[in-house]
Amino acid sequence: MTADPRLKAQDYKSEIKPIWCPGCGDYHVLLAFTRAFAELGLAPEDIAVVSGIGCSSRIPAYTSCYGFHGVHGRALAVAAGLKVARPDLTVVVATGDGDGYSIGGNHFLHACRRNLDITYIVMDNHIYGMTKGQPSPTTEPDFDTALSPGGTGLRPFHPLVIALASGANFIARCFSGQPAETASVIVEAIRHPGFSFVEVLSPCVTFRPDQREWKNLVHPAPVAATNDPAVAARRIMTDDGFNLGVLYRGDRRPYRPEVGVSSADLSELEREFEI
Amino acid sequence: MSASDDRDRVPAKPGEPCDGPPVANLADLFAVAWRIEADAVERYHLLADQMETFNNTELALVFRDLARAEGIHRDEIQRMAGDIDVVAHARSLPDWGRGESPEKADLGDAHYLMTPWHALKMALAGEERALSYFQHVVATAGDPKVQEMAKEFVEEEAEHVNLCHRLLRKYPAPQGESWSDDPDPAIAQE
Repeated sequence: MTADPRLKAQDYKSEIKPIWCPGCGDYHVLLAFTRAFAELGLAPEDIAVVSGIGCSSRIPAYTSCYGFHGVHGRALAVAAGLKVARPDLTVVVATGDGDGYSIGGNHFLHACRRNLDITYIVMDNHIYGMTKGQPSPTTEPDFDTALSPGGTGLRPFHPLVIALASGANFIARCFSGQPAETASVIVEAIRHPGFSFVEVLSPCVTFRPDQREWKNLVHPAPVAATNDPAVAARRIMTDDGFNLGVLYRGDRRPYRPEVGVSSADLSELEREFEI
Repeated sequence: MSASDDRDRVPAKPGEPCDGPPVANLADLFAVAWRIEADAVERYHLLADQMETFNNTELALVFRDLARAEGIHRDEIQRMAGDIDVVAHARSLPDWGRGESPEKADLGDAHYLMTPWHALKMALAGEERALSYFQHVVATAGDPKVQEMAKEFVEEEAEHVNLCHRLLRKYPAPQGESWSDDPDPAIAQE
């Protein structure tokens, strides 16, 4: 696989028009995806974009790459199988906080642990947008709506800390309103060996209009990324949630299972189940 | 900021920070100018599509009109470039540092209940960024031909800025924050 410098961001867009709400952060994330792919010079057919269910999971249809719009919460399971079977493909998983952290929460833990060479991009808007505004695992405990009177009172999930503790090899946070910076981080995440996790703060302007304020709250991380998990844990645990950039760059060897070398004969296994 | 506050707004000054592709010769300049307009056409059509999806047909028409106007400018630049293949040259240009060329309206500013005033404000911001960019080229160009041509683009963009101001006088600014109040709000599941 060789990089083709002639490819431009536009070459990675499909003919399908996005139907996200006007102002949705996911438009910018799509721009960042296509810009990152162009910077890497990868042929669209060498990239597979896998997703689950939700607004953000519509992204595969909007790219010209291979795509798989999967089952709710199972994007990482599909992506893991794909990467094992086709290690030559660049596998990028696109999802949201509801799909990725709640329904797919268990897959998240084990994908980090396995450390396959996959890039996992979660568009986090702290809400289930597609199903009309239910609290997600990252929703603030006092988010008071008709759907959650008085707020859930639940401690929000801390995805970056959980990714670190579970073994992710690259951890970053971006903001959708900064597509150039987001694209650069996605490039770095794809290039970094192993499981790369990028959380993108992507406002849901319809159900969380307060998130329009995020553009005034985000700021670049004041220190460079570390490869020391203990240092990274302390930084991530104590930051304000708006700290942007690469926060952890690990050096674990990616998991690359050998495929097709087993001496086991599948037909023998099948015979055991014959009636 | 209200529409009236904007009427006498002074355009951005030359030499302001610029993150555009470097302009070394006339071919670069025409290619950059062409791309600014081509990007604007694409972006306005995208915004029009969004508004149609949300049944804001009035706004969709405004964005289509803006796209058509930018398309005329794009084609005019291509004509002015003569034998220079601006389309091919534009493709070889590096991306803009902020990720977006000057006249690409910020998608984050869109709203399904926005009004023509908001659309024109978006257009004005883009034209002002383009004006600032070409002023920067005038101030920094080493080639007198580039400088001369860039001055023409400055005049052109200044006229576009003025046009936006004139149009903004026709469309009143919405009062307060009530424009985004949705009588049938999106949160429907209880």
